[in-house]
Amino acid sequence: MKFWRNPEYQTLRSELTPEGLFLDRRALMAATGALGAGTILNPLTADAAPQKPQAAGAPPATAPTAAQAPQPGAALTARKTSYAVADAWSSEDAVTGYNNFYEFGTDKSDPARFADKMTVSPWSVSVEGETDAPRTYTLRELVDYSKLEERVYRHRCVEAWSMVVPWVGVPMADVIRKLKPKSSARFVQFETYLNPKEMRGVRLPVLDWPYVEGLRMDEAMNELAFVAVGVYGKALPKQNGAPIRTVLPWKYGFKGTKSIVKIRFLKSQPPTSWNKAGANEYGFYSNVNPEVDHPRWSQATERVIGGKGFNERRRTEMFNGYSKQVASLYAGMDLAKNY
Amino acid sequence: MKPLTLIALCAPAAYAAAQWALGFAGLSNELGFNPAEWTHHFLGDTALRILLVTLAVSPLRDMTGWAPLGLIRRRIGLAAFAYSAAHILAYLWLDLLWSLPALWDDVLKRTYITLGMAAFAAMIPLALTSTNGMIRKLGRTSWEKLHRLIFPITLLAVLHHLFMVKGNQPEPLIHGAILAALVAWRLAKRFRRSDPEASA
Repeated sequence: MKFWRNPEYQTLRSELTPEGLFLDRRALMAATGALGAGTILNPLTADAAPQKPQAAGAPPATAPTAAQAPQPGAALTARKTSYAVADAWSSEDAVTGYNNFYEFGTDKSDPARFADKMTVSPWSVSVEGETDAPRTYTLRELVDYSKLEERVYRHRCVEAWSMVVPWVGVPMADVIRKLKPKSSARFVQFETYLNPKEMRGVRLPVLDWPYVEGLRMDEAMNELAFVAVGVYGKALPKQNGAPIRTVLPWKYGFKGTKSIVKIRFLKSQPPTSWNKAGANEYGFYSNVNPEVDHPRWSQATERVIGGKGFNERRRTEMFNGYSKQVASLYAGMDLAKNY
Repeated sequence: MKPLTLIALCAPAAYAAAQWALGFAGLSNELGFNPAEWTHHFLGDTALRILLVTLAVSPLRDMTGWAPLGLIRRRIGLAAFAYSAAHILAYLWLDLLWSLPALWDDVLKRTYITLGMAAFAAMIPLALTSTNGMIRKLGRTSWEKLHRLIFPITLLAVLHHLFMVKGNQPEPLIHGAILAALVAWRLAKRFRRSDPEASA
């Protein structure tokens, strides 16, 4: 059980925490110029990725080739940043065990149970539309793994819960600049991998598959927009959207796209999955806003998941607490109408 | 058979209590990372499924010809009421922190909660009249008439579930299909019975 633990044990645990050691180790690796070839797998990731049976303390995994990106769970070297949240990180097992990834089922535990079947290597992302460089990209072409940074963002789900998550990745602006969008590109759309053989959830029409999401270009170029390839210092587990996903901390979680296979630059606003499923409930913008309720529930407060307290709640902040960085994007817009 | 039914009806409550106890002791992770969500789904699903079981008793009795089945119908229905009450108490406790104004706001504002509360309110008179004494007092015919409320109640409960889930999920539709089948069986029975009378 993760929602309550003996506080004394927690103190003890934080004193002994492998997380601290882990960060030291990363700093050390950065200092020596070593790449993230070593592998630390927590038991849960080991369960989720049986094809990589490395346990902690086992010899390092084979070094990734130039073309291949780190496998789920492989340690990543990332620079610390000032993007932080005042609250404690959610527990790693909550971040990797309580997920909405409907391609694997609608229960929060389904992704951790069933995402294991998804093939994430080799992986490529096709880039289309209003761009001067339309083609298929490898992960290493999209993401500079030597420039990874760690950003701790609050993740606010539209279902009125939140977590504090240490993502590893690169600014979305860096990725987009590499893809040379034309000046005619006003929107960018992301599409999730779709394979009914590997994703049991897509056999039912819960959503109109494949999952698509989109942003206005100025939103995508905002400093907070992030492309994550890792979490908790390790390459993304499959249930969190391995190998590459977007993170938009001022928007509800579903605006992020997991396991991206396609990026399209467009002249007009693209359709988005949840908007297609219920336009009156899920708008294109879906910015976190405590004053605009979901028609079926209040967005004024949120349940804290993966914390130490029992049934902890907090007040939801405008733009999830990121007003300073993003409020100007929506100046003059009626946010109750453009929800 | 009555004690066995009682045990079966208490089993889900015992299971939920055990999961909470094991969870607090750190011995089980069945509740997951959102015990409130787990509890709401578990109690709500249990209440709705017991309602469907209640409605399945008469068809089963008629099909098997085993009359004693009719004797356990009332306590099954009462269990559905008990789980519904627990479902609402858990919601009041874990989500609304016992704020009755917040509950009233939800009832007015959120369609699925309006439907769910309407279902629960309609169950109260049925629960209150579930004793032998009340059956005698009301008389068999009016008692049965009153207790036909279980059909709209179950429909409200199915709609409450349907309007609550995100996306097109199959579960509420399955519950709805079972309810439709149970109603259809009764309509067919009434039709068969009235048919010879009409020709006579």
